[in-house]
Amino acid sequence: MSAEAAARAALDAHVREIVRWHFGADTGTPVWLGFAREAAFDPIRDVGGIDDLIAAFPPFDGERLRTDPHERWIPRAFAGRPFTIFETGGTTGMPKQRIGWDDYKRDYELFSATLPDDSYPRCGFWLMVGPTGPRRLRLAIEYLANLRGSSCYFVDLDPRWVKKLIAKGDGAGAKSYRAHVIEQATVLLRHRKIDVVFTTPRLLEALGDELSLADAGVKGVMCGGTEMSPQTVRFLVEEVLEGRVAFRPVYGNTLMGLAACDPSTLTGGYSVTYHAPEPFASLRATDPTDARKLVPYGERGRVELTTLTRELFLPRFLERDEAIRRPPCAAWPWDGVGEVRPFHEPGTRIIEGVY
Amino acid sequence: MPDVTPHLPALRWGDEYRSLTTSELRDHRTGAVIGVLSQVNAGLVRRDLKRAGAAGAALRSLSVREIVARSAVAADLFESAELPLADGLSQTASAYREQLAATAALPHALARDNQAKIASVLRELPAILRGLTRGLAPGALDHALAEHDGIPLWFVAQCEALGAVLPSNSPGVNALWLPALAMRVPVLLKPGNADPWTPLRLARALAAAGLPEAALGILPTDHEGASALLDGCGRALLFGDARTTAPWAGRASVEVHGPGRSKVWIGSDEIERWESHLDVLVDSIARNGGRSCINASAIVVPRHADAIAAALAERLAALRARALDDREARLAGFADSSLAERIDGAIEDALRMSGAEDVSARTRGDARLVAVGGTTFLQPTIVRCARLDHPLANTEYLFPYASVVEVADAEALDWMGDTLVLTAITRERANLESVTRSTRIGRLHLGPMATPTVRWDQPHEGNLFDFLYARRAIGRAGGW
Repeated sequence: MSAEAAARAALDAHVREIVRWHFGADTGTPVWLGFAREAAFDPIRDVGGIDDLIAAFPPFDGERLRTDPHERWIPRAFAGRPFTIFETGGTTGMPKQRIGWDDYKRDYELFSATLPDDSYPRCGFWLMVGPTGPRRLRLAIEYLANLRGSSCYFVDLDPRWVKKLIAKGDGAGAKSYRAHVIEQATVLLRHRKIDVVFTTPRLLEALGDELSLADAGVKGVMCGGTEMSPQTVRFLVEEVLEGRVAFRPVYGNTLMGLAACDPSTLTGGYSVTYHAPEPFASLRATDPTDARKLVPYGERGRVELTTLTRELFLPRFLERDEAIRRPPCAAWPWDGVGEVRPFHEPGTRIIEGVY
Repeated sequence: MPDVTPHLPALRWGDEYRSLTTSELRDHRTGAVIGVLSQVNAGLVRRDLKRAGAAGAALRSLSVREIVARSAVAADLFESAELPLADGLSQTASAYREQLAATAALPHALARDNQAKIASVLRELPAILRGLTRGLAPGALDHALAEHDGIPLWFVAQCEALGAVLPSNSPGVNALWLPALAMRVPVLLKPGNADPWTPLRLARALAAAGLPEAALGILPTDHEGASALLDGCGRALLFGDARTTAPWAGRASVEVHGPGRSKVWIGSDEIERWESHLDVLVDSIARNGGRSCINASAIVVPRHADAIAAALAERLAALRARALDDREARLAGFADSSLAERIDGAIEDALRMSGAEDVSARTRGDARLVAVGGTTFLQPTIVRCARLDHPLANTEYLFPYASVVEVADAEALDWMGDTLVLTAITRERANLESVTRSTRIGRLHLGPMATPTVRWDQPHEGNLFDFLYARRAIGRAGGW
């Protein structure tokens, strides 16, 4: 069996297991048990793998993450265990929330295994500059650092505030706030020995304007959160990091965890490809007019996420991103998504790339 | 044009840089891609600004006289030589004009005029420097400290580099930044999306003439990159429409070249001789395709407005849309036809309001908006505005357009408001006094002299030398 076929078989088996879990009477989640009562199909009987799941389930309505009581998202098997509440972006009003227990630990253990020790050394110090607050990322990065025997400093940037400033045309206020964030990070980089930095492309560039990260002793950088065109990646690698600091783009969110970057794509024209942490999450580049269909390899489609863990089953969540569908590779024998950028629906305004 | 599609690089203080982000340069008539243009990110603009000091040092390795002499050589090269383009391809002067026609819809004949205008600036730098510096010897800028007529001078450059965000509508505007090099200030350009050809050809000509390549940067970039350039250069020129320039208005470090609303005013003492001034009026409205901020967009008279409007419309009706390679073509087209359609629609909407008539419609014979040879044009339009508050009375469009209004002499200047170039055809003492005391005129022509008449030592929007340099007080002890 080829690596791709084996990976697919593993994903299908995992889909069956997770569907049984969330729709099972003993372990199931109230949301999905209620869904099954109304559905015209029997998820446990009819969903034999990822293709069945795509065919059977409609796209998940993300608004429910704002409105559903948390209790409805607790699998019966987790009843009585305190949970953590994580929030996604949000600018005004009620944010989207996800509850969780240990998923982030497993996600970041998997991710840690993809990091080389020479550029992301163990037993050192990390610095995260970016959105912390109610986000899963803050906890996850500290856990990742700890996993690798390291400790992490944090400088917070509140993206909701930045988006509000931009939305009301206060460019000077946004710049001033960014300068405030960068100043704090720069002080830490100048006064502490920091091996690894986790931040966004904009903040990385702004840090690079203040000092040489290579000269400051940084060995590796992880970067994500906003769009990175090949030119942006090249600029960060060649000029901001001077070719002397390892660079690892990341793509992730509260619902998925962290998709790993195929490092070979960094040397192939800086067009970065990410692969979801299958079988716990699956990413598809879908036809914007019919999300059940995949776009051909090399073409852009809207990113669709399916989360498949015992803590969370979220089928076919259409992200606000689009990406190029990329073929499987040796390290990740399943489809990837490349050059991720915001999905632009006609008539909508995107506030992106502000931090 | 070359068979191979050239990739026009960014020039990072002379070093070619092929960005992974590119934009296509299309022939607007056929849709064919005739080149791709590197587009750099804002961060890269900021990085290059940090190296402006080194660029200045490279430029200052030459004296002003040497720069001026080499610029004169560059003038000939720019005007007629085959120069490197990109990817090992070269560009003849005629290929340059063809490329400009393809992407910016400029007729070959106007492109040639603009080429000559830019070359003349490169040749006339000694006179231009004298004019801008009010007679300083060229050597006075070779060192920070100088002396003129026994007076010690200390000129301090106010920036490490001059930035310029350029338009695509008229290559002639490149003439405005060129003297900075002779003032030993390096220049960082953001070319217009449809005219990257002119700055690149100038860079090639200057380099071939022996100017340090490191003295000039060309960074095609997006809106954010343009803002980075305007923010980061201590001094910058910004060309654009009212919406583009509004956020930067009032910023001391940015010289805004927006709508000009230039005008010709005939006073009551001269108005009975208006027919003898008709050539000046026509030239003011239509020279260089009528798309410049120094073209007149309003004719202000105390009486005879109907007759003047009719006469202008008749004369301008001869300026017809022609294919861009037609030797007689003097009307610039719109590479983006939707822009022409929007302008035409805005004028038609305004004409539905009372108090204005499109006098050209009587003589033009066809529509204002036409397509010829695959290019969209707006043909000359004279609007007689009986109402002074009509939206078409004091406005400006990117084609030969002018209103004709009747205003009494005593009220004319108040009505005109901000006016980049005013040709005042009047000898009346009160009129002369009011125009020479006005703070709202950028450049004043006294007598029958078309508004686009340019003397490079008489800048119409700020003095580049004053913009780039500040004179400070200096005291020197004996022997020091």
